[in-house]
Amino acid sequence: MKQPHDILEHVTPLLSVKNLKTYFRSEEGGVIKAVDGASLHIRPKEILGIVGESGSGKSITAMSILRLIPSPPGYFAGGDIVFENESLLAKTQKEMRLIRGKDISMVFQEPMSSLNPAYTVGYQIMENIMLHQKVSKNQALEHAVDMLKLVGIPSPEKRVHDYPFQMSGGMRQRVMVAMALSCQPKLLIADEPTTALDVTIQAQILRLILDTKDKVGSAIMLITHDLGVVAEVCQRVVVMYAGKVVEVAYVNELFNHPAHPYTEGLLSAIPRLDETRDRLTIVPGSIPNPARMPEGCRFHPRCQYADERCRTEQPPLVSPKPGQWVSCWRASGVEGSEADVAATAEA
Amino acid sequence: MKQMSLPLQKLKSETELILEVKNLTKHFPITKGFLGRQVGVVHAVENVSFNISKGETLGLVGESGCGKSTTGRMILRLIEPTSGDINFCGKRINNLRSEEMRRLRKEMQIVFQDPMASLNPRMTVGDLIAEPMQIHGIDKGTPKEQIVKKLLEAVGLRPNHIYSFPRELSGGQRQRIGIARALSVKPKLIVADEPVSALDVSIRSQIINLLEDLQQEFDLTYLFIAHDMSVVKHISDRVGVMYLGKLVELAPKSLLFARPQHPYTQALLSAIPIPSPGAKKDHIILEGDVPNPINPPSGCRFHTRCCYVMDRCRQEEPELREREGSHFAACHLD
Repeated sequence: MKQPHDILEHVTPLLSVKNLKTYFRSEEGGVIKAVDGASLHIRPKEILGIVGESGSGKSITAMSILRLIPSPPGYFAGGDIVFENESLLAKTQKEMRLIRGKDISMVFQEPMSSLNPAYTVGYQIMENIMLHQKVSKNQALEHAVDMLKLVGIPSPEKRVHDYPFQMSGGMRQRVMVAMALSCQPKLLIADEPTTALDVTIQAQILRLILDTKDKVGSAIMLITHDLGVVAEVCQRVVVMYAGKVVEVAYVNELFNHPAHPYTEGLLSAIPRLDETRDRLTIVPGSIPNPARMPEGCRFHPRCQYADERCRTEQPPLVSPKPGQWVSCWRASGVEGSEADVAATAEA
Repeated sequence: MKQMSLPLQKLKSETELILEVKNLTKHFPITKGFLGRQVGVVHAVENVSFNISKGETLGLVGESGCGKSTTGRMILRLIEPTSGDINFCGKRINNLRSEEMRRLRKEMQIVFQDPMASLNPRMTVGDLIAEPMQIHGIDKGTPKEQIVKKLLEAVGLRPNHIYSFPRELSGGQRQRIGIARALSVKPKLIVADEPVSALDVSIRSQIINLLEDLQQEFDLTYLFIAHDMSVVKHISDRVGVMYLGKLVELAPKSLLFARPQHPYTQALLSAIPIPSPGAKKDHIILEGDVPNPINPPSGCRFHTRCCYVMDRCRQEEPELREREGSHFAACHLD
């Protein structure tokens, strides 16, 4: 059976996550399978969205890519992460330090807690530049000012000497983006970069990320729970649920023809500005406890289509058509499924 | 019987005001040093006026720091207003003494954003829900357990949750407990302060539907405070938009979302990403940040970020005035 990381017919992926398993030992002696066999890839200069609710494993996947999982209690139980044909899981921490901030960098949700309050923002940007490039302090400062200008901070030569507390939330997030892009990374991972911001500031930051991406040429992995942001920004989307990838699709396909019942449920559950709904459809129940994952398909207790097979057997991630991957027994391509019939009936 | 009485109730609700807020203002003092010398004020809410009719849902939206939560809390007098009037069911409540106010609070309840922070972790769900009834001495005759189980059922939980602790519940279930607590004293008005923003997308719609059902069943009036315009659009009858302590627009929801009048509302609506990939639109991107409420801009408070700004806006503060059928906006533009 074809696996999702093999589907790149034309372009070699920049990064592939293959069947990644990131587990945590819990204090009670159990094992929490935060990410349990997730596969995805991202191509150069692509904008890939990862959506999912809390506990879906989307942030853990990102942290695993950068090897930022604290160990213990966390550990890799299987799978691999390949970046430019090299396994990141095989690298030492010293080698990882040369990759972080240079080839792969990250923007976090909380700009205040990810900036050091005791240093000026200029110093913190320069630190990254001087670590990865052979430049003098003055050149680094110049570069830091340029980056602040690039992210649209007014009078950057002055603001470069500001401390984080002297800036607003939106400005701090701009600084984070400037820092992340200062060494022209090939991949920028943005973990909920606008969730802590107001909606008018969110629009500014999203525009900024897209504009600077064009100038710097990075690929972006955008982790979010906001389907509106995904629809506007991303080219391809990975949907995660309870530590697994349940669907991968191009953005139009995902929103117009969601293949997994969870994606379908999410899309119909959100109140929308562009249409009026008398009553919201709901996804019943709640997200499973990661220490006690349901047998079979992890979504089955909340799924309206669940049958006997879903309760006992885990569906594999298969590709019913090019570019689309889905982990559901109903999807066409899975033997014994009725999805084909349903699809024809719909058409 | 219930169905018969419904149309009558509706007719009545159109006229009966449950809450009238007039020129509500809150200035928080900024103090300095050991003696608490006052060095300035935060203009958190400034001259906000609106009404809510019985059975209605008024949505109050705005970005962080716009004063929407302060407004909600002043209505319950959890924060004392600096000036202005609050009339609840025709009675001015600003000067009520604490004993009278406590009695009135069973008519007006609040649901908070963070269900974990607002529930005592050492109390069982049963005790948590029974607590407001004990305080207000409601239904003294009937056994508490019976009422609590009924309330649990009303908010979509199982009766055996009565013995659970908050930590054993999920975020959505905790929010249901918060709602059951508010309901237990049979209030007329519920101030819901960001009740769904801490919840996951799939849980959010469950709680929104629940709030709508309860409104029907218990004949409730809501002041629904949120920053998410799509949620507010779904649940509200009328919507008020706040910016930097001022109410800048107030209109029935259909008018507000179809023809927003205030430039801030227009920008706010256009900034929201639409979950439909084809619908790329031209965002109005506001420059800069919200100004500091310690020293708000002169004239119209939005003039520093407004793309239609005129000289008049810098000097003269626009009044909230009616445009078309009960659509109010505070802007000098026509």
